[in-house]
Parts: sequence; structure tokens; C-alpha cells
Amino acid sequence: MSDVVEKTLTALPSLLSLDSQPGSAKLSSTSKLGNLIRGITELTSKHEEEKLIQRELSAIKEQVSSPNTTMRQMKELMVRTIYCEMLGYEASFSYIHAIKLAQQGTVLEKRVGYLAVSLFLNENHELLLLLVNTVLKDLQSTNLIEVCMALTVVSQMFPKDMIPAILPLVEEKLNHPKEIIRRKAVLALYKFYLIAPNQVQHIHNKFRKALCDKDPGVMTASLHIYLQMIQENPEGYKDLTASFVAILKQVVGGKLPMDFNYHSVPAPWLQIQLLRILSFLGKNDQSTSEIMHEVLDESLRRAEMNHNITYAILYECVKCIYTIHPKSELLEKAAKCIGNFVLSPKINLKYLGLKALTYVVQQDPKLALQHQMTIIECLDHPDLIIKRETLELLFRITNAQNVTVIVEKMLEFLRISKDDHTTIDLVGKVAELAEKYAPDNEWFIETMNTVFSVGGDMMQPDIPNSFLKLLSEGFDSVEEDRKLRLFAVNSYISLLQGEPGKLPQRFLQVISWVLGEYSHLREDLEAAVVQRLLARLLDMKNCSSETKSWVLTAMTKLCEGASGVSVAQQVSETYSSSLDTVLRQRAQELQHLSQDSELRAKALPRGVGLEPVEVDSSLSFLDGFVSEALAAGAAPYKPPHQRQEELAGTKALSLEPYGLSLPISMSSCITDRQSPTLLSMSSGLSGDSTDLSHKGGSAALKLDGVKRVWGREGYLSHKEPVEEPAQVEVPSPVRSPSRQGEADSSHSRTPTLTPTPESDQEKQQLASSLFVGLGSQSSVCLMGKSEQTTQRFRRKAKGHSAASSTSEQMSNSAVSPPSTVDSLLCNNLLDSNITSELAVSSPKRTSQLSQGLAATNGTCDADTELLESDRKESKPAVITDSYVVAADPAPHADPDRPKDLDLSSHLPAELSGLSHSEITHLCTNQNLELSACHVQKEDSLLLIVFISNSSDSAVQQILVQVDSDELEVSCVGDSPVEVRSHSVAVCQYSLSVKRPAVHIELAGMVSYQLPAGSPQSAPFSYKLPLTSFIRPLTVSTEEYGTMWLAFSHDTRQNLTLISDDQEPLTATLNVLKRRLQLHVVEIIGMEGIVACRLLQDQPCLMHCRVHAGTLAVWLRSPVPDLPDCLIYHCQRALQGH
Amino acid sequence: MMRFLLLFSRQGKLRLQKWFTPIPEREKKKIIRDMTTMVLARQPRSCNFLHWKDLKIIYKRYASLYFCLAIENQENELLALEVIHRYVELLDKYFGNVCELDIIFNFEKAYFILDEFLLGGEIQETSKQIVNRCIESSDMLQEYYCEGETDFPGTWRKYHGGVYEQTCILTCGLKGIEITAGEEYRSRMYCI
Repeated sequence: MSDVVEKTLTALPSLLSLDSQPGSAKLSSTSKLGNLIRGITELTSKHEEEKLIQRELSAIKEQVSSPNTTMRQMKELMVRTIYCEMLGYEASFSYIHAIKLAQQGTVLEKRVGYLAVSLFLNENHELLLLLVNTVLKDLQSTNLIEVCMALTVVSQMFPKDMIPAILPLVEEKLNHPKEIIRRKAVLALYKFYLIAPNQVQHIHNKFRKALCDKDPGVMTASLHIYLQMIQENPEGYKDLTASFVAILKQVVGGKLPMDFNYHSVPAPWLQIQLLRILSFLGKNDQSTSEIMHEVLDESLRRAEMNHNITYAILYECVKCIYTIHPKSELLEKAAKCIGNFVLSPKINLKYLGLKALTYVVQQDPKLALQHQMTIIECLDHPDLIIKRETLELLFRITNAQNVTVIVEKMLEFLRISKDDHTTIDLVGKVAELAEKYAPDNEWFIETMNTVFSVGGDMMQPDIPNSFLKLLSEGFDSVEEDRKLRLFAVNSYISLLQGEPGKLPQRFLQVISWVLGEYSHLREDLEAAVVQRLLARLLDMKNCSSETKSWVLTAMTKLCEGASGVSVAQQVSETYSSSLDTVLRQRAQELQHLSQDSELRAKALPRGVGLEPVEVDSSLSFLDGFVSEALAAGAAPYKPPHQRQEELAGTKALSLEPYGLSLPISMSSCITDRQSPTLLSMSSGLSGDSTDLSHKGGSAALKLDGVKRVWGREGYLSHKEPVEEPAQVEVPSPVRSPSRQGEADSSHSRTPTLTPTPESDQEKQQLASSLFVGLGSQSSVCLMGKSEQTTQRFRRKAKGHSAASSTSEQMSNSAVSPPSTVDSLLCNNLLDSNITSELAVSSPKRTSQLSQGLAATNGTCDADTELLESDRKESKPAVITDSYVVAADPAPHADPDRPKDLDLSSHLPAELSGLSHSEITHLCTNQNLELSACHVQKEDSLLLIVFISNSSDSAVQQILVQVDSDELEVSCVGDSPVEVRSHSVAVCQYSLSVKRPAVHIELAGMVSYQLPAGSPQSAPFSYKLPLTSFIRPLTVSTEEYGTMWLAFSHDTRQNLTLISDDQEPLTATLNVLKRRLQLHVVEIIGMEGIVACRLLQDQPCLMHCRVHAGTLAVWLRSPVPDLPDCLIYHCQRALQGH
Repeated sequence: MMRFLLLFSRQGKLRLQKWFTPIPEREKKKIIRDMTTMVLARQPRSCNFLHWKDLKIIYKRYASLYFCLAIENQENELLALEVIHRYVELLDKYFGNVCELDIIFNFEKAYFILDEFLLGGEIQETSKQIVNRCIESSDMLQEYYCEGETDFPGTWRKYHGGVYEQTCILTCGLKGIEITAGEEYRSRMYCI
């Protein structure tokens, strides 16, 4: 009997799929669904089908609403309705019945009910609220099947707001004796984490328990959550690295039950999940990466079967190896692996090979060289997808020498591609390359012409914007500027003389702007000719009114000479009666300015370009007029956002009245006046007259924030080709012989070639033009291609003189570890250290592993202890058989706590009274361990770095460098040079913010020397929230008012109100005050004003208003980004409450 | 994470749809249209991957039926291909030489199998054996419930080979009926 029970329990999962449809396979012959389906297949036209389904649906509708229909029949009806919906016919009348079926049916009927609900509704549907009760009931059911069904539907869809109602029940299921229930509960929590992360914050320790579950299925499910969390915050989970490595090791070693095999590969899904987690953990972290090197090597070795699934694992492995801190031996193996992909005859593998190459080519340009012939073949592949992927790869290896060929290939592809998304993406890339590497004016303008005509109106609006900005800002040489502009004018004139009707609107806008600004550069061209060409555009049928207004503006700039004026007059007459207000406005301007040349010269001065024009955006000259109107009883002005709030309630509308597309000028006439409601009340009408810094006010092209990539460097390469080789020859003596060989002849470079048939020769030629500069150019340039470095690089270079760019390149090369010899050497040294260390500790480790525990880093002793105590206290995470074990190295805080206490005693005496953050571990390198915390002083923030030496000898020549893009870092006091054995030294740094960010990251490097040994170094990073730099700012309401007007950067958002017993506004502001150290200046009725400062003295003001149950918050500050960052923290503070 | 799974015929007729994230109905229709046109237009000997907006589309044709799975950009394409394959294996195990007609006439079964295999856009159970056990036993239970049916469908015969013995104990045990042998089970089936 007990045997039966046992069997019953083991096979319980099966009951989940309890079926509902009696005699399903017989359906085809007798059931109504069968009849319906057959009926449909016999039909000949879509119209007949429609009629049939409508008939069917109305029959169903009648039956479901009949009170005599049993649940059993209802179930059958539901199946038919699902079928009709799948055919694309709406049957919303049945939704409520599906919910009813899930509620009232027996187990089998319920199942169909739940299925119907999950197919019909999505988590935003209002009817879903009616399901909550059913789910609650089923979760509490003693019937496992019902519980499972409820958990399934919860993980598929559940209204976000109702999560708190069922969360405790789902949590409880984590302790359920059946693994299938635990697994589904974990997946449900994963779903909650995705849609409402803050709701499940408090149960993170339960996730850990799920990770240590004795059932591998439950453990696998928990990895979904971990992948997500680690992706968001890798720092928080470094302590789990060893556990993940241990799990992977066991999976790879075949320790899982056979059930988990897929085509005799052990748990591939689990393996890939783990590899992805590891790559997040090991990224930019040497010590963590070292833990995983061994298992990665093993994974590579084990995955040798020729099956898709092993290739999937290999691909993930390669990605991981190239993501984490590099180890040359592994990189070599991974590179070989990529080779296998690329050279495979299977097209799917080839595709992935190309992707892998794209991924690694920044670190290892040699690989692209190795496979150049394959790349060329893929470039001509009939499958567009392969072609597209190849272009992506080429994009990564573009440099000044091969840019023309690569861009040509891209444009070729663009002409045949029909997919909008691809076009948008590729057009952006071409524009980026053109701006960065253009060899000459002619090429640049022509390429951009193609970009504009192919990209059409789909492309990102910043492409034309940055192009225009580039033209107008110009470069160092006036002569070059003139040539470029002149060339553009010439090219556009000839385009307009051709068939302008075919050009996309965006392109026409660019053309009209350029002609308006620069056509005077061409001396033989009469303005009237251009006028006429432009006027022709206006008559085109497909010319949008936006384009027309660009054209009219351009014409306004060109009214010279009698014939020009007459054209202008004619046009302005036509459009001054237009229904479009903007066009009418433009036409009026044209009319007036064409007659009054003096006024025109003032309004549209020629050649001023981007010099910002002083505009009184507050329109103070109208004050008299306004006060008269007010006195006459006019309603006081309300800012647009207030009007909208009052009108539309919660509907979110764009508050920016005119976007970037406005040509230029005149925007001052229509500017909105921004002022908070409070101020418009208190300081009356003249209050905002001083709002000079209003961002809409400048008459220049509004291009702030538009990235500008084609800087002086891009141009330099053309102007001063002599400098190029000098930049190219940046170090790396080891590689240089091979490079010289490559540079000598393009043929000898590729040993794989067999230079016989003609097509081959063509390919070789293509190869040499594509891969030129790859081998001979230092990899620094390639590294520079990654988005971030480029940006930083350029930005810096803009400020400095051209000479400094070389030195920057040098420093850049020092940063990128794999590219220079020094760091390679250093790596090898470190590696050998590690291997020796591993060799020593290996016996200990194997014994641990045999117990099923894992602890691989230096502190394994402590870990074992903890684990042992763990085992006694809680339910052990150890399984006796061959099951996988997730050895959890104790809950997160535990190992830190004793250290924390220990280290905080080392805090300098003058700081010990102040509050400090939790002491976090930074890095461990052999016997040296770095930890840090920050201390908030009233006027500063101190970073304290603890250097603890656990070895028996003193560590000397310690140098801790701390640096951050966002911070000003200065050392306080003397930093220690030596740390004696078993003692702790402390460094202090004072931090202040240069550029605000939500979280501020510090990167650092500690270098030191052991008495007998070579110099060592280790990188570390430290993250602290912006809130640590926020202090209250005490101001009066009047001061607040004046400051408000002076600040230009602002942001607005609605936050949730906290409803305590007291008044919600006060309660909410108090929470903010407490959490973020803000100063509440004053609260009047439903509005409140708050002030704070960012260290040292950067004020930020906040205006809050209770509106429609939410808190409308408006932040202003002179510092860009500060309002945005602060609003984020406000949000967090209120959510966490 | 997976975003959606579509099954459609060579003629572009939708056979099954599963959406793992909330998508408005109109958008769904557009996606279905896009997918069928894109996938059906693919030449033979092309790769099984496509780009669509920011998603990757992995498709594979089995006989007359196309399986089309959308995954997020950072996911592994080959693995997704194996997800499709495993699903087909599961269907095949259940229906025995599965063909399009099986899925048309028993689409809700296909959904049930899918729900055991994938949940909320992630793999739930990779073990074929466990998913299979679910499906097999559900068959048993289904037969148990078909009162008045005198003719056994094909699935019954298929599982007559021994697997069902355990499962019928299971399902009947749950209902308080103890039957230990297949023969007996069958006879009871007739009596009910």
C-alpha cells in the first residue's frame, strides 16, 4: 500500500495536465468543435468563413448566457470560443464566462477555464480582478492540482496591484513538500520580480533558500530570478560566485539525474543560465573571474558532441570567456571555438560565428583577419540575415582606411532591404561612420545624401540634426568649412533641379535649411534661382506642412533682389491664408521680412551660425500689456502643464510644445512660460520676467544633447595625413613583426588563400580593402570604436588641443588590458600566481567538493566553518545522492558582520561619532584585503578605505588610487605606505560630485609590494548612491522664489502619495526629508516647497503639489542631470516606505 | 526570456499562439501577419533566425507546420531552436507521429503540454520524462472520465504498451478506486 502512495506522490506532477475534453481524439468525428473545424476547411472564401464564425459565435453567446448550461457544456463552449478567437474573431462576451468557469467548475473544467482566461486576457485587463478571489481560493486548496493551476495562471498573468494579496500564500508555497509546487511558486515570484520588483524585495533570503533547494528543478527555476538580479546589480551577489561555479561543475560533470539530459547533454538550459550568470559576475572583476576559469575550461572541453545543443553551450561559453577578466589560455581556446563556428558548413552556426566575432572583435581584431575570406563570402551570401550580420561585424572594424568600402557595402544592403527596423538601424550606423571617418568633403556629402534619401522619414531625427549642426559649427579651418558648405549647396541645387518629388521630407528639410543658410557662398548663383527652386517644392503634392515651413523659413533668408522679392511675395500670398497656423505664421514673416531688408538683416543675420542669440524669453517687454489686461479683468496666466492637469486629469501629454524640428528662430514668440503654480500665485505676473535661462528661448538650432561624433579628429585625418601613421604606430612590440609582414603585401597576409580563379582575386581585393588598417593599426583605434570610449574620447579631445589627443590614446591603450604587452605580461604573472595558489589549496578543495560543498576563494576556511554551523541550524543544503548541491556560503550579511565590527574600530577617532555606511568588501588579493565605507559629514563626504594585511610579513609601497568620472576625489591626510602584518591601515578621501548620476561609481587600483616579490596590483570599484551627497538647504520662501527662476534644468514627475493618518502631503514630505535629508521650506495647503543641496554647494529645489491623488513634483537645479537623479531617489524612497 | 510562440501552417493559418508578455490585440494581429509573411518568404537553405524590431525570431518548419519563437536580444538562438525542438518532441510523444491535424483538432492539448513545458516565458521543465508522465497520465484520467464512450481513441492503444499501468493506479487512487492492473482498469471503464 505504501508503495502505491509512494508512486502516487512521485507522479503527482502528472495530474497537472488532467484533461478535460472527453474523448479528445474522437473529437474529429463527433464533437461540435470537430464539426466547426471541418466546416471551415470546406469553405472557399474568407467571406463565407466570416459568416460561419459569426453564426457560431452567436450560437455560443446564446448558450453561455443561458442559465441551464452546465459547467460541462460551458467547458466545451469555451474550447470552441478559443478556436474562434485564434482565427481572429473577437468573442469578448465569453471572457466573463471563462472566469466563471475557472471559479465554479470542477478540477477539469477549471483547467479549461484557466486556459481560456490566460489566452483571452492579459494582465492589464480589468476583468482579471475578478479572478483574484478564485486564485486565492485555489492557492489555499488542499488539492495539489488546483494549487498548481493557480500558480500557473499567476505566473502567466496577474494584475500588478493585486500582488500583495496573494504574495504571502505564494511565499508559503516555497516550503511545500512537493517540488513541482515549489518550482511553480519560484517562477511565480520571478514573474512578480519582473513586474513589481519592490514588492518582493523583502523575500530575497527566500530566493537563496530556493537556490539551495534539494530538487534541481527548483534550483534551476530560482536561477531565473538570480540572473535578473545579478544583471541589475552584480556587486551584490559576488559571494554566490563559488556556489554557481560548484553547481556548473556538477552539471558539467554529469552529476544530475538522467531526467535532466537533453539528447544526452546534461541540463543544457541550466548550463547556459549559469554561464550567463557567471559572465555578469566576472565582468571587470579579476578575482571573481579567477574562480570560474577552471569550470569554463571544463565546459569547453566537455561540449564536444556535434549537436546544436552543444554548440549553444559553446557559444555561451565563448561569450562568457570574452566578457570576464581575460585569461590568455582560455581566450585561445575560445578563439579556436569561434573558428569552428565560422568555418562550419551549417548556416546557423556560421551566423552565430559571425555574431561571436562581432562580439569579440573589439578585443581581438586578429580574429577578424584570420577569418577574412569567410567574412567576404558571408557578405555575398544570398541570405540577407547573414549579410546583415556581416555588416554588423564590419561596422565594428571600420577605420579611416576601409570606411569607403564598408559604407559602400552598407548602402548596397540598404537599397535592397525592405525591413524598416533594419533600415533605421543601418542608416544610423552609416551616418555615424561617415561623420567619424569621412575621407573628404565630397564623399561625406554624397554619403549623407544617400543616407537621407534611403533612410527617408524613418531614420532617427538626430541624424539630420547632427548633420546640420556639423555644417553650421564648422571646424578649425574657415576655408575647409566654406568648401564643405559650398559642396553641399552645389549638390543640393542639382538635386532640386532633378526630381525633388522623390526625396523624403527630412531630406527636403535639410536641403532647404542648407540652401537658406549657405547658398550665398556660391557667387555665381542668384538668390532668386534658389527661391524659385524652393518655391517649386511648395507646389509638390506630397510636401508635408512641416517641410513647407522649413522651405518658407529658408526663403525668408533669401529675399534678395527684386526678382527674389517678387517670388517671395507670391508665395507668401498663397500661404498667408493657409489653415495651418504655423504655415500662416511663416508666410507672414516672409512677407514682412522680404519687404524690409533692414529688419531682415537684424532678425536673420547671416553667418552668425550657432552664436546664441540673447532672447528675453520671459517677454518682460509685455509686462505693461499684461498688467493692463489683468486690470481689465483677464484671467491670470497659467502655465501649460497646469492647464493640462486641470483639463485632462491624468492623461499624460507631451508638454514640450515644439520639438527639435523647428527650423530656427521665432520660437521665442511662441515660447511657453514655465513657472511653478506656487510662484505664479505668490509673486504675481512679473515674477517670471527674469526667467532668462529658459531653454526654449535660444534662437539657435536646438541641438543640445545631440551627440556630435565627427569632431576635429575626423577632419584632421583628411587634412593632416602625415599625422596618421604616427598615431598608428602606438606600441606593442610583440605584435609588430607580424604586422609589418601584413603591411608588406596584402596577399601574404592571408595564408588560407588560393589565388587562382578570377572571382577569388576579386574577393582578395575586396578583402585587402576591407581589412586594411586592421592589422597595421594599433588595436587602440579598434577599442576606441566601442560606444563609450569614443564618446569620452571625443568629448575630452574637443576641449584640448589636437596635440593632446595622442597622449590620450596612449593612456587609453594602457587601460585596455588585452591590447598591450605590459598588461599581458602582468596577466600572465598573476595567472601563474593563481595556479600555484590553486595547486596548494586543491586537496582541501577536493575534500570539500566531495562533501558537496563549494568554496573556492581564499577564505575557504571561514566558509567551511560557516557552512558547518549552517548545516546544524537550518535544513541542510546537502543532498546525499548525486544531486546537485547549491552550497550557499551563508546568508549575505553574515560573513561581513564580524569584519564590519572589526574594521569600524579602525575608523579615525574624529569620525567614529558620525554615521557611516556598511563596510563593504572591495577586493582581495592574496593576503591583502580592501574594504571601504563612506562617512557623511555635514559639509563633505569621506570615503574610508581599510587595507588589512593578513599575511605574516609587512606589505610595502602601498598606493591606493581612486578615480571617478563623476567625482572630484582628493586625499585627506597621509595615506599609509606600509601595512604591518596582521594589521589594518586606513586611507581617507574627500569626495564631491562633478557630474550627478543616480549611483556613483568609483574605480580604484591598489598597488603594493611584498618584501620578497614583484609589485602587485588589483583593481576595485565602489558604488554609492547620490543621496549620500545630499544635504538639507535652509532657505526662506523668498530666497527660494528667486533661486527657482534662476535655475534652468528641470524635470517633472508624478509620485505616489503616502497616506498615513496625518495629512498625505506632510507625511510624504516627511518621509522624503528623513530619507533623503531634504529641507522642507514651507507647506501651504496642497503645495509644498523643498530644498536641498548637493555637496559642496549645488542647490536643487523641489516643488510639490497634490493633484488627483498623486504628488506632482517639479525639480529645478542649475546642475544638469541632478533633478533627474534626485527624482529617482525620491521615487525609491517613497516606494520603499 | 521568450516573448511569444506561434504555430502556423504553410498557408499562413494560425494554429496556436502563446504570448508571454501582455500585448494589445491589435498589435498581436499585426505581429501574426508580419511573422507569417516574413517566415513564409524565407528561402530554403537560409538560417533559422530573423530580426524583428528588437527581437530575434527563431523559426523552424516541421512538415507542413512552422514553429516561430520570439526571444529577447541577449538570448541564445541555438537554445531557442532546441526549445522548439523539444516541444515538437513532446507533441510527438503525445500524439505519436504528430501531424498538423492533431494540433488543429486538439489544440487545447497542445496548450496544456506547452504550459507544462514553458511558464511565463521561461523554461519550466526541461525533463522530457516528467512532462511526458504528465501527459500520459492525463490521458488516463481523461479516459476514466469519458462515461458512456464505447470506443477508445488512438491514444489509448498507443499507451497500452505498459506505461499506463502505473498511471492508472495513480489517477484511480486519487479518486478512491483501487485498480492495479491494466485489464481491470479497462473493464471498469466499460462499466462506468
